[in-house]
Amino acid sequence: MEVFNILWITAKAFVVIIVLLSLSNLAILAERKVSGWIQGRVGPNRTALPVIGAIPILGTGLTRLGLFQPLADGLKLLLKEDPVPDHVNKFYYFLAPVAAFIPAVTAISVLPFGETVRNGVPQPIVLADLDIGILFIFAVASLGVYGVILAGWASNSKYPFLGGIRSSAQMISYELALGLSILPVFMWSNAPGSGAGLNLFAVVQGQEHIWNVFWMPVSALLFLVAIFAETNRLPFDMAESESELVSGFSTEYGSFKFGLFFLAEYAHIVVGSGVFTVLFLGGWRLPFIASYFSGGMTGAALSVMVFCAKTFLVVFLFMWVRWTLPRFRYDQIMKLGWTVMLPLSLLNIIGYAILLAIWDGM
Amino acid sequence: MVDFLFYLFSLTTLLAAGTLILTRNPINAAMLLILTFVGTGALFVLLGAYFLAAVQLAVYAGAVIVLFLFIIMLLDVDAARSRKLHYPGLIAGIGVGGLLVAGALVLFKRGDYFTLATLRESVLVGASTRSYGVELFTTYMLPVQMAGVLLLIAMLGVIHVSKRTRESAEEEASHRK
Repeated sequence: MEVFNILWITAKAFVVIIVLLSLSNLAILAERKVSGWIQGRVGPNRTALPVIGAIPILGTGLTRLGLFQPLADGLKLLLKEDPVPDHVNKFYYFLAPVAAFIPAVTAISVLPFGETVRNGVPQPIVLADLDIGILFIFAVASLGVYGVILAGWASNSKYPFLGGIRSSAQMISYELALGLSILPVFMWSNAPGSGAGLNLFAVVQGQEHIWNVFWMPVSALLFLVAIFAETNRLPFDMAESESELVSGFSTEYGSFKFGLFFLAEYAHIVVGSGVFTVLFLGGWRLPFIASYFSGGMTGAALSVMVFCAKTFLVVFLFMWVRWTLPRFRYDQIMKLGWTVMLPLSLLNIIGYAILLAIWDGM
Repeated sequence: MVDFLFYLFSLTTLLAAGTLILTRNPINAAMLLILTFVGTGALFVLLGAYFLAAVQLAVYAGAVIVLFLFIIMLLDVDAARSRKLHYPGLIAGIGVGGLLVAGALVLFKRGDYFTLATLRESVLVGASTRSYGVELFTTYMLPVQMAGVLLLIAMLGVIHVSKRTRESAEEEASHRK
């Protein structure tokens, strides 16, 4: 029985990770398409599968959408020659992509992405419903920085090294604001006597009437900026900054090892958007709809779909910002992190603590 | 299953910690320290102290070691230079280690401090955010305040040491000329 249990959990985890990786691949495609639209191009629209691509309307439509492009890209990254420069530290050079990839997909395990009703009690659809949910995500996500640092150091050449150093300083600086900015959300979900802890499902349940983004706009903004910094996205992509550092930490990497870095980056974006959706956009909740009708299978599927749609809207925001804003300078990033984000998030906590005290007193 | 995992993670932690002391390369040492922390975190999970495990990962493995690596890389600590044995450090290390082992032995011998029940109770404080927070602000209020004051003193010291006064900046500038 125990063995069966473990197998069942493993199978579920496997499915979730496969879905996450497919979504990350879709996000890569979306990035190319969105960047194309923003720059007045069309983006990938030529790659076609032999048989399916030839079907009159469906096949050509999918080709025009570029839906076969991720497949071709993945195959290319898998089959390309894999050169290893002579001057690298071999052990850490090979470890770095794995160290970047594993935390990125592990963080999904505590993120609830839907709701189902069992025996009249709403249950989250999640791999592990932990009391410390958000803390677990932060703990695992903070391990992701080692991939970048190790890649920069093990490459043993100047540009990757600079990328790794910059990125580690940036991650440490923005982790503080990231953690502090969401405390008001949990102060709200931990109403007296609720005992919700840092559970993410409870946060979504607490947004039944109004999404947190409307009533905690400062928190949401700070968290969003910090997530941009933590996922190394423009305007914070210090690790890569291709106009200064060639390709930053991944300069010496090619083929599949680069593919792992690439996939990890987009998995981070998808998970980060999911966390933002749960914390501030009401998770799978829609305004004016109390619950998903009668629950059951349809309700559960509906809630997962709503959640995915919201998450992809946030992913779109990530891309929109990337192709709109120029990159910050390194000293500007440090200054913003320590002199604006950190004091603002502390003030934000104090403000909401006072507000909640007044609210509870009434 | 739990037994097997316990032995697995204990072995990982001990091996990593042992190699950490013996290795000469500072980067290896930092990476092994991460492995030690992750192993300890896993042991906390097996004890049911999820909150402690997550804090262990987020604070030590996630932030403190990043700072270590940052310093090691920035200062480019030379592996060859640290090859020589540092005798005062060695003696101090053995001394402190011996004191810790002796203290633990005395406590275990007395038997009334470290019974399985009290140990379990103290670890389970770290099971959830709520129980941990409540204990911090009631039972352990004084130690928390003292740790806070200690950190404040350390921070003031760091600011004082690292702050460049106007005179020292001028001195540096004249040296550069």
